[in-house]
Amino acid sequence: MPPPRGSSIFRNLQSRCSNRLFYAADSILPPCTRPTPTRTPVHPGAYNRTFATRTLRPLPSSIYLRQFTTTSYLSHGHLTPPKPGEELKVTFVTKEGNEFTFEVAEGDNLLDIGQAHDLEMEGACGGSCACSTCHVIVEDQEMYDLLEEPDDDENDMLDLAFGLTETSRLGCQVKMKKDIDGLKVKLPAMTRNLQASDFK
Amino acid sequence: MKSILKHPSIRSAARRAHRTSCNTRFVNTLHQPGDPRVAARRADAPFRLAIIGSGPSGFYTAYRVQSKLPTARIDMYEALPVPFGLVRFGVAPDHPEVKFCINKFDEVARHPNFKYIGNTPIGSTSLPFSSLLPNYNAILLSYGASKDKTLKLPGESTLLGIHSARAFVGWYNGLPEHRDLNPNLEGNDGKAVVIGQGNVALDVARILLTGVDGLRKTDITEYALEALSRSKIKEVEVVGRRGPLQAAFTIKEVRELMTLPSVGFEPVPPSVIPQDTSTLPRAKRRLMDTINKGTKSYPLEKNWKLSFFNSPTAFLSSPSNPDQLSHIRFEKTAPVEGTNGDKVVGTGEHKDVYASLAFRSIGYKSEPISGMVEAGIPFDEKNGVVCNALGRVARPTPEGDIQVPGMYTTGWVRRGPTGVIASTMMDAFDAGDNIVNDWLGGVEFLGKEGDVRMGWEAVKREHSRIGLKAVHWSDWDKIDKAEKERGMKLGKEREKFGTEEEMMAIV
Repeated sequence: MPPPRGSSIFRNLQSRCSNRLFYAADSILPPCTRPTPTRTPVHPGAYNRTFATRTLRPLPSSIYLRQFTTTSYLSHGHLTPPKPGEELKVTFVTKEGNEFTFEVAEGDNLLDIGQAHDLEMEGACGGSCACSTCHVIVEDQEMYDLLEEPDDDENDMLDLAFGLTETSRLGCQVKMKKDIDGLKVKLPAMTRNLQASDFK
Repeated sequence: MKSILKHPSIRSAARRAHRTSCNTRFVNTLHQPGDPRVAARRADAPFRLAIIGSGPSGFYTAYRVQSKLPTARIDMYEALPVPFGLVRFGVAPDHPEVKFCINKFDEVARHPNFKYIGNTPIGSTSLPFSSLLPNYNAILLSYGASKDKTLKLPGESTLLGIHSARAFVGWYNGLPEHRDLNPNLEGNDGKAVVIGQGNVALDVARILLTGVDGLRKTDITEYALEALSRSKIKEVEVVGRRGPLQAAFTIKEVRELMTLPSVGFEPVPPSVIPQDTSTLPRAKRRLMDTINKGTKSYPLEKNWKLSFFNSPTAFLSSPSNPDQLSHIRFEKTAPVEGTNGDKVVGTGEHKDVYASLAFRSIGYKSEPISGMVEAGIPFDEKNGVVCNALGRVARPTPEGDIQVPGMYTTGWVRRGPTGVIASTMMDAFDAGDNIVNDWLGGVEFLGKEGDVRMGWEAVKREHSRIGLKAVHWSDWDKIDKAEKERGMKLGKEREKFGTEEEMMAIV
C-alpha cells in the first residue's frame, strides 16, 4: 500500500528523488531509483513509531558508496561493514524519542554513523572538531565514563553547544570500541523553536 | 526615502514600521498550523521562495526548506558575484575547517529546484525590492550585517592608521569593497591596538601576530600576505570596556593565540580577573582558566595582551605628524553595582596608549534594504535588526505581534551580529521550519491564494533592464575553478579574485 501523501515516508521519498536527480546529472546512476522497499528501513522516518527499537545491519559498502557518496570530499559515510561476529551496537535516540540501533564496526565515529543512516545530525565542519553541530548526549553516566576524555579542542567546542549536559560529547570525536558496545546517545534538537530561552 | 507605494494608508503604515526600536516579544499570535480558521495547503502546491543573501543563514534555511518541502522552488539573490557571505569573507583564512560547510551549500545549490542569482544587489541601485513582491510566495531576509558600528569619537574618521576590523578582515579575505584598504603595518612603534573583545578582535590580533609562513598555504589573499610579510607589528593590545567575564570572544580563539609560536601573553593582573573560578559556569570557568594560564613564557619575540575596563575617549596625533594616529586616550571604567558587571561607568581616570595602528572591532550592524520598509517590513534601527518573532517578520502592536505575510528573516539581520556557524544553523533551521509549517498550515503568504508565482522567470525580465549580468551557479563553478587554479600555482587552497571585475571576467 502506498504511504499516504504528506507522511514522513512520502517526504523522504520526495527528498531522495530530488537528490537523485541532481546526483544523476553527473553520474551513471539512473534517476530516482531509490529507495526500493527492501532498503527503506535505513530511514528513521520510515519507522512506525510503535516499533521504537530495532537492530539493523549496515548495508554492504558498495551500496553505501552509491547511496551516500557523490564525490569524495562531499561524503561523510565512510563506514566499514563490521566483520561477522565483531558487530558493535550503537543506539541513537532522536529528538522525537525514536530509537535506532545500528550494528557497526570498531573505529567508526558517531557522526559518520548517524549521517550514513540519514539521522538528523549535522557536521558543519566535516567532523574536524571545529563546530558543535554534531553534539550528542550519552544517556548513561557509566558509559560516558568509559569513553576517552574529551580533549581541550572538543571541550572548547562543547562550551558553545546548545543545551550542554554533563555527558555531552561531539559525535565526530567518539569512535566505537568494544568496551562501549551498546552505547546509547541522544540527539539534541537542531532548532530552538518554542524553547524557553527565546521567551525573554 | 522615496516611497514606492503612494497610498496614504500604506505610507503611514511604513512610517509606523520604520520605528527606532521594536520590542518584539517572542509571543506568537500568528495563525498556527492546524488552526481551524485556515485551510491547509497541499505539499505539492507550487511554492516560490526568494532568499536575499547567500551566507550561511540563507543556505542553511534553503537546505531545511529543501529537506522538508522538496518541491519548493528557491531563488537566492546575492549582491556579489560570489556566494557564501561571511564564510568566504569573514571566517579567518587559518580556519579552513570552519569553511567546510560550503560543501553542504554546494549540494543545496545543485538541487534542481534551486537557482542562484549572483551579482544582483536588491535595493534602489539595482533590482528594486518591490520587483520581488509579485513573483514570490515568500521572501527570506538573510542579508546579514554589512555595516560596522562606529565609536563616534574625535579623530576616529580623520586620522590615518584607524581601521574598522570589518574592513581589515574583508581586506585580507578578498572582499572587493576593501581591496584597497592597504593598512600601514610598518609603523616604527610596532604596536597595534584592537578596540573590542569579540572573536573578530582576536582574529585581527592572530592574523597580525601569526608569521606569514603560517598563512602561506591558506586562502588569504596574496596582497595581504605580501603586506603582512613587511609588517613590523610586535605587540597587540586588545582592549575592552568591561571585564573578562563580559568578553564576547570564545575559548578556541583565545587558546589559538596562547599557542602561537614565539608569541607571549602578558598576564592579566589578578585584581581584574577572577582567580577562583570554581563557582563559574563551565564555559566561563574554562575561558578564565585559559586566560589565567596564559603562555609558558613572557615576553617573547611578539606579544599580546588583554586590557579590561578601559573605554576609548579620543584618537590623538602628535604635533609632528598631525594626520597620523599616535595615541588613544582611554578612560578607566568600573562595574555598576547590581549589574553583574554588565554595565560600567567611567571613573574619570584617563590613560594614553601609544600606537600608530588601531582597529575598531565593536560589532557589525544591519541596515534596511531600500524599499523594504515601504513594503511593510518593520526595521529596528536601534538594534539593527528586522522586527521578528522567531524569524517570522512581525509588527509589534499593543495587541500582540502581527505577522507580515510571506516575510521571514534569519541570521544576523534577524538576531544581531553574534554567534558561530552552529547558532546560525539552528536559527536558519527555525526559519526553514517556520516557512514550511506556515505554508503547509495555510497561513497567509504574499499575494492571493492560488496565484501562480513565476519567481526568477518573471524577475529576470526586469533584471535585464538594470544592465547587470546575473551570475548563476555554473558561473560560480567557473570562478571557483579559476581561483583554485590560481591557488595551485601558489601552493595554496585558492587565490581569490579581489575585485568584481576580475570575477566577472571569468564569467
